[in-house]
Amino acid sequence: MTSIILLSVFGIINLFLGFLKSNRILMPAVVVFLAIVFGVNFIDWNQGPQTHFNNMLVIDNFSVAFAAVMVLSMLLILPFSRSYVTDENPHLAEFYSLLLFSLVGAIMMVSYENMLMLFLGIEILSIAMYVLAGSHKKQLRSNEAALKYLLMGSFATGILLFGIALIYGASGTFNISDIASFSSTQPAGLLPMMEVGVLMILIGVCFKIGAAPFHFWTPDVYEGTPTIFTAYMSTVVKTAGIAAFYKLVWSVFPGLNEFWYPTLVAITVLTLVIGNVGAAVQNSFKRMLAYSSIAHAGYLLIALTSFNDRSENAILFYALAYTVATVAAFGVLKLVSDQRGEEGYEAFNGLGKTNPLLAFSMTVAMCSLASIPLTGGFFAKFFIFGAAIDAGAVWLVVVAILMSAVSIYYYFRVVIAMYMRDAEGERIAVDPFAAFMLIVLSIFTILMGVAPGLFNNLL
Amino acid sequence: MLTAFLLFWPALAGLLVLLMRGEAAKKVALGAAVIEFLAVVDAMMQFDPNAGTQFELNLPWIENAGIAFHIGMDGISMLLVFLAAFLVPLIILASFKHDYRNPGTFYALILFMQTGMIGSFVALDAFVFYFFWEVALIPIYFIAGIWGGERRVPVTFKFFIYTIFGSLFMLVGFVYLYFQTPGTHTSDLSAFYQLALSPENQSWVFWFIFLAFAIKMPVFPFHTWQPDTYTEAPTTGTMLLSGIMLKMGIYGVIRWLLPVVPAGVAQWADVVLVLAIIGIIYGAIIAIRQNDMKRLAAFSSISHVGLIAAGLFTLNMQGLQGAMIQMLSHGINVVGIFFLIDIIFRRLGTREIKALGGITQYGKAFTICFMVVLLAMVGLPLTNGFVGEFLLLSGVFQYNYIMGGVAGITIILGAVYMFRMFQRVMFGEANYVTSKFTDLTATEMAVLIPIIIMIFWIGLHPNTFLQISEPAVRDLLTIIKR
Repeated sequence: MTSIILLSVFGIINLFLGFLKSNRILMPAVVVFLAIVFGVNFIDWNQGPQTHFNNMLVIDNFSVAFAAVMVLSMLLILPFSRSYVTDENPHLAEFYSLLLFSLVGAIMMVSYENMLMLFLGIEILSIAMYVLAGSHKKQLRSNEAALKYLLMGSFATGILLFGIALIYGASGTFNISDIASFSSTQPAGLLPMMEVGVLMILIGVCFKIGAAPFHFWTPDVYEGTPTIFTAYMSTVVKTAGIAAFYKLVWSVFPGLNEFWYPTLVAITVLTLVIGNVGAAVQNSFKRMLAYSSIAHAGYLLIALTSFNDRSENAILFYALAYTVATVAAFGVLKLVSDQRGEEGYEAFNGLGKTNPLLAFSMTVAMCSLASIPLTGGFFAKFFIFGAAIDAGAVWLVVVAILMSAVSIYYYFRVVIAMYMRDAEGERIAVDPFAAFMLIVLSIFTILMGVAPGLFNNLL
Repeated sequence: MLTAFLLFWPALAGLLVLLMRGEAAKKVALGAAVIEFLAVVDAMMQFDPNAGTQFELNLPWIENAGIAFHIGMDGISMLLVFLAAFLVPLIILASFKHDYRNPGTFYALILFMQTGMIGSFVALDAFVFYFFWEVALIPIYFIAGIWGGERRVPVTFKFFIYTIFGSLFMLVGFVYLYFQTPGTHTSDLSAFYQLALSPENQSWVFWFIFLAFAIKMPVFPFHTWQPDTYTEAPTTGTMLLSGIMLKMGIYGVIRWLLPVVPAGVAQWADVVLVLAIIGIIYGAIIAIRQNDMKRLAAFSSISHVGLIAAGLFTLNMQGLQGAMIQMLSHGINVVGIFFLIDIIFRRLGTREIKALGGITQYGKAFTICFMVVLLAMVGLPLTNGFVGEFLLLSGVFQYNYIMGGVAGITIILGAVYMFRMFQRVMFGEANYVTSKFTDLTATEMAVLIPIIIMIFWIGLHPNTFLQISEPAVRDLLTIIKR
């Protein structure tokens, strides 16, 4: 709870700090803010569930853990914002504030106890993201991304709200545990209403996490949005969405298992196939990452569908591993594309020779995303598959591993470009802070791959 | 602790080598590999074949998931660790004449790979095994992809995706087995041996796990990555792949397939044997038609591995012991033959059989070495090849005499392609290319002499090695036949 308040306060303070118009003060300030929030967040760890706002928010280990992952990912992303957020930019402070505000939304999404809070959380998060997507004001693609994201996003939110309303109509409550106990009684006459409501919520949330067939906005928006915010979208927004989804599946829908389960499995398979095959045919690295984020939503959905007590730990570990690797990938992409002016695979040619550090951290990130042992990504998939196999869904895992084999193809294309093709570009200048962060990210990924015991079974 | 030292020493040395440049990297890498070999010899001296698994280390790794870092060696592991430790110094020494770019990285990758391979030979926990199985793959991918021939990028990529594809299935198989273990679940080998799954489940788990091993060996029809990869990889990489890495697949079958899903094996043994025998004949026939010597050796490897695979699935003492000794022999011989081919290539700039001839006149020592290795490959009595092939064929005969008869053709076909190559390359008129040939240097002798010693040692007194693995193989057979 403290973290939500602190983030809001810091967001406002930050707006005022904007008068100084100096990134040299703002960025360290935001880093300090986030570090404080990250620490304060853990006050609620192991304190048991605490309810706030008349039982609308519940802070428990689940929400604390996911909030920590999201705050951490923002902390990790910030160092790469240097070249984008510069002193000349007239809206310097706003970017940081919007990011802080969106984190408030994200934390609400993982700690809601009331459907309205879920809706509010999603909206707070999304509206900030709509603005950030279009923050490259003078670039056409950024504008396109913002517009697309806004139109499609509000449409999806609308559907979500319809769903919430229908469920409210049937059950007479917004509180998720009340809804759960209501739906477990299987009220015959009101069942169709519940089912339509659940379906609409499913659609709304699937849109937010970019699951197929509601993924069409993802590649375009990711591509047009400035890289730094794309990184934010594909980590924080995805994590928040999946965690919120998990709470829905775990606490709201159980009574309607037979109804939503086949739908969700179909969505999962579709997401896996479209994400991976889509990523394999891309020529732009950034677009590939967009599709890969769809694919990873698919793997996370496997944990949701397996629906047992392993799921939440598997999701948390996966979210963490995925976040760390994705931030590193976007970070390197940002450094490379800023100086070579391209976002395709060719931009990485010969990077192994010109910039061994960038190439190494990119390789670690790619190995992690492709789930090769020694990296966190391996154990992430391992826990997810474990949850699914424990639930008896071996065939789903087979689909997932076929798609993992496809994913190696596109993740290793960039490794090939970096190490096995000749250098075309110059050496890329990397500021020390970003270089330090890349080292930290690589070490973190390898640590998760060597000592996964530190991070699993936290919940 | 000894096992842990054997396992991590190459990787630690590799980290050091990574920082070095030029000649120093080669020498330090060689030194590290020799120390590793001496340590393995020491372990073999202390090793008591009848005492089961020794030098065990069992540390908690992912405690809350029941996964332990459990390693140790029984006779089967011991022989393979010996093979890896024996070959790696030779492989490093064999590369001394090459000037690879970034030697620090190159030799570090070789040492990292050694850790991966030894790790998969000593692992006694399914996930530790899987972990090292994949860890061994990444270095060889980079070795072949960065320092390989012209078509290296697509070829190694195919190899990489192919093998990972197989291993992912194995992972699913392991995770499934893991959840079948009682209580809070464990992935320990002994727990896997005690599983009694229903025959239907064993049937599909068999293929999930076997696919990974079949691709790694490779067994027909999963071999399509192999000839290209062997040809395009730098010779060092080819030696690592064919000498040691493919034994990971065979070892995997012995340790993680036969005793874990015996009923599945019983159901599919005939199919696998037929595939293996097709591989034997197919590899040999294609080898006869090859013009590139390296490619010829690659296909001959498919043929030889086919026979080993056939021996494994006969599930009798001869078949399995034959597989053990033939793994050792094949590893030694194949490294020898690839090195000899590499010598020709480096001196004359070609490996094409048609372009060569008359080398005998220019290199006496070379001819003798080539002849010995060749005869060992063909399986002449007194050489190591004979012992393995004899045991394997008698194992297959016991299983089914028709299969044994067909598999026996390998002896004839093997002689055909090997002698055909030898005749055209070594005898006849020398041409302007081959007349530049010079005899072996001291370094090259240093590689070949240990190989030749081993060829005769195993050929004359195979018991030194057979007795190490025999009790372990017998134990394994009791578990399988239970």
